[in-house]
Amino acid sequence: MDKLKNNIIQSDGLKAPVIRIGALQWIRSNLFNGVFNSILTIVTLLLLYKVVPPFIKWAFIDSFWFSTAKECSAGDGACWSIIPANIRFIIFGFYPHELHWRPLLAMIMMVGLILYCKNRDHWKKSLIYIWIAGLIIMGLLMKGGLFGLTSVDSDQWGGLPLTLMLSVFGMVAAYPLGIVLALGRRSKMPAVKTVCIIYIELIRGVPLISLLFMSAILFPLFFPQGVTINKIIRAQAAIIMFTAAYIAEVVRGGLQAITRGQYEAAESLGLNYAQKMRLVILPQALKIVIPPTVGILISAFKDTSLVVIIALYEILKTTRTALADPAWMGFSPEAYIFVALIYFVCCYTMSNYSRRLEKELHS
Amino acid sequence: MKLFKLCLVVGIVFAISGVAFAGQTFDSVKAKGFVQVGVNEGLFGFGKPDEKGVWRGLDVDTARAIAVAVFGDASKVKFIPLTAVQRFTALQAGEIDVLCRNATQTLGRDTELGLDFAQVNYYDGQGFLVPKKLKIKRAKELDGATICVLPGTTTELNVADYFRTNNMKMKPVVIESNVELNKAFFAGRCDCMTSDASQLASVRAVAPNPDDYMILPDIISKEPLAPAVRHGDNQWKDIVNYSVLAMIEAEDLGITSKNIDEMLKSKNPLIMRFLGVTSGNGKALGLSENWAYNIIKQVGNYAEVFERNVGKNTPLKLERGLNALWKDGGIMYSPPFK
Repeated sequence: MDKLKNNIIQSDGLKAPVIRIGALQWIRSNLFNGVFNSILTIVTLLLLYKVVPPFIKWAFIDSFWFSTAKECSAGDGACWSIIPANIRFIIFGFYPHELHWRPLLAMIMMVGLILYCKNRDHWKKSLIYIWIAGLIIMGLLMKGGLFGLTSVDSDQWGGLPLTLMLSVFGMVAAYPLGIVLALGRRSKMPAVKTVCIIYIELIRGVPLISLLFMSAILFPLFFPQGVTINKIIRAQAAIIMFTAAYIAEVVRGGLQAITRGQYEAAESLGLNYAQKMRLVILPQALKIVIPPTVGILISAFKDTSLVVIIALYEILKTTRTALADPAWMGFSPEAYIFVALIYFVCCYTMSNYSRRLEKELHS
Repeated sequence: MKLFKLCLVVGIVFAISGVAFAGQTFDSVKAKGFVQVGVNEGLFGFGKPDEKGVWRGLDVDTARAIAVAVFGDASKVKFIPLTAVQRFTALQAGEIDVLCRNATQTLGRDTELGLDFAQVNYYDGQGFLVPKKLKIKRAKELDGATICVLPGTTTELNVADYFRTNNMKMKPVVIESNVELNKAFFAGRCDCMTSDASQLASVRAVAPNPDDYMILPDIISKEPLAPAVRHGDNQWKDIVNYSVLAMIEAEDLGITSKNIDEMLKSKNPLIMRFLGVTSGNGKALGLSENWAYNIIKQVGNYAEVFERNVGKNTPLKLERGLNALWKDGGIMYSPPFK
């Protein structure tokens, strides 16, 4: 009892600690804790004050959402009307106007399938069959010609479905191809190794644009007259070849990061090459390289916009075509902001998912 | 790079030699059931899809006229958008049957590239766009001007040549993108802007106040824009050529898509031959006798096509100028249809 009393008396001499909560305190300790930081805060606030209110005024207060181009050019604000006025061309390109529900449905299916895959509990053999069935239905929706659906030539595909198609197929096909190339490059068989090295270095040595040019301009000249291979397939092949070479190098990095002990352990269990890779090495190696792989997939997604140089109308090109109309020509920022949002949503989802996957796999 | 060039040369030689012997575009078009036409990917007034994805433009209507001549149906045509780099190889490789993509006819393209140009469907030329407040009336008064121009085009060369030959000085402002170039011009960074006259019209159309700007009457280069086919296929070239000429001849004869059915009763031998009432023209081309009737009925005569796509009531507001009939001071002239 005495002891306790003693303690209380002692603590009387001490000051109560300053309470470090509340907005003011937070501001002081985070934004104004020093001369340099205070200056930085003030400058940043000033910049924001200069930029944000005019932007909000332009984008929301003075803006037009469903007006004609004439009304837009009379006003000062953003002319978002360019989007609703051209939305169907921007999203679907040349796809026949009255059949737009078909690519829309196909896109919804594609997104649904991708969302379904996000859950790792669904990673079973049945998933492959679901995908195959999904792809057949999507292809049927886009192409038509069966079950009373009007046939639509692939020349008329464009806009967002084309962007999604080129990137999803590009990624799905390039990933296994890249793994095979990476394994080939580390193979002890000289022929396989040389072929893989030549392929990877050759493709990585040229920009995607030149590959697309080759596929669009050079190849048709070698075919006999009248024989033409679909332009979309040619572009798709170029994108797959290009992405695979980059993935191969990333995967090779992962393979090298696995210690020798893992290889030897697998061999001592009596596993053959395929089993060793499938069961021991690749699961570890691929897990390590998730961040750079997703980086490449994201850039592959954005690279699909390069197919514009062979006059395929992916979403950026359809937007620019809408902008070529003199009536809408002055409103490029609005249209580009819209497309940038679409790109951002897709890329952000990808990188977000990769971070989640990393966490799940490392735990 | 050397290897690439070698491949390209070998490829082109192959393609051209293949073409010279093929020569049967007409048959293959009829077998396919549609005409494949290379068009611009997005040039307002000449070739551009509208907000519903339907192709519109002067070149596009020319393509429709060709389809009508062959099939009697303007929808039997497939448009293949092509970039400037792709356009000629696509034609050489047989991906398209005819190129209607505002391509300038030149000696080099006519010979070395293995192309054949049909009747010109638009006479363009490089001009100058100036703000009216500068009070400049002729290009000769532009000495010392700052000029907005796109880099790497023949436009840049032409304007430099023009100023040099006339002993004038200029300061080029070179900007890569069209949109930025327009903005710089409207902001007053240059005194004038140069490009093909049809392009200048569309720039003027998007100006904050179009009436503040004018296109000078001086044209400093010749840009005859014409449909092109592969060299050596004479029948197909005739069909393309006379499809364009039919629209010009119809204007000359006063036949429009509106009055054409009354014109069928006309006793004028020129009109009777043109519309196939008196037969002969169709057989000579290997087409049905009412091919010209169908073109005018479904697509229209040259004046109608011009006005619909680039004329007074469009944002481009182009004058007929050189593209008027020879009777009206232009150079559009069709040989007799007999």
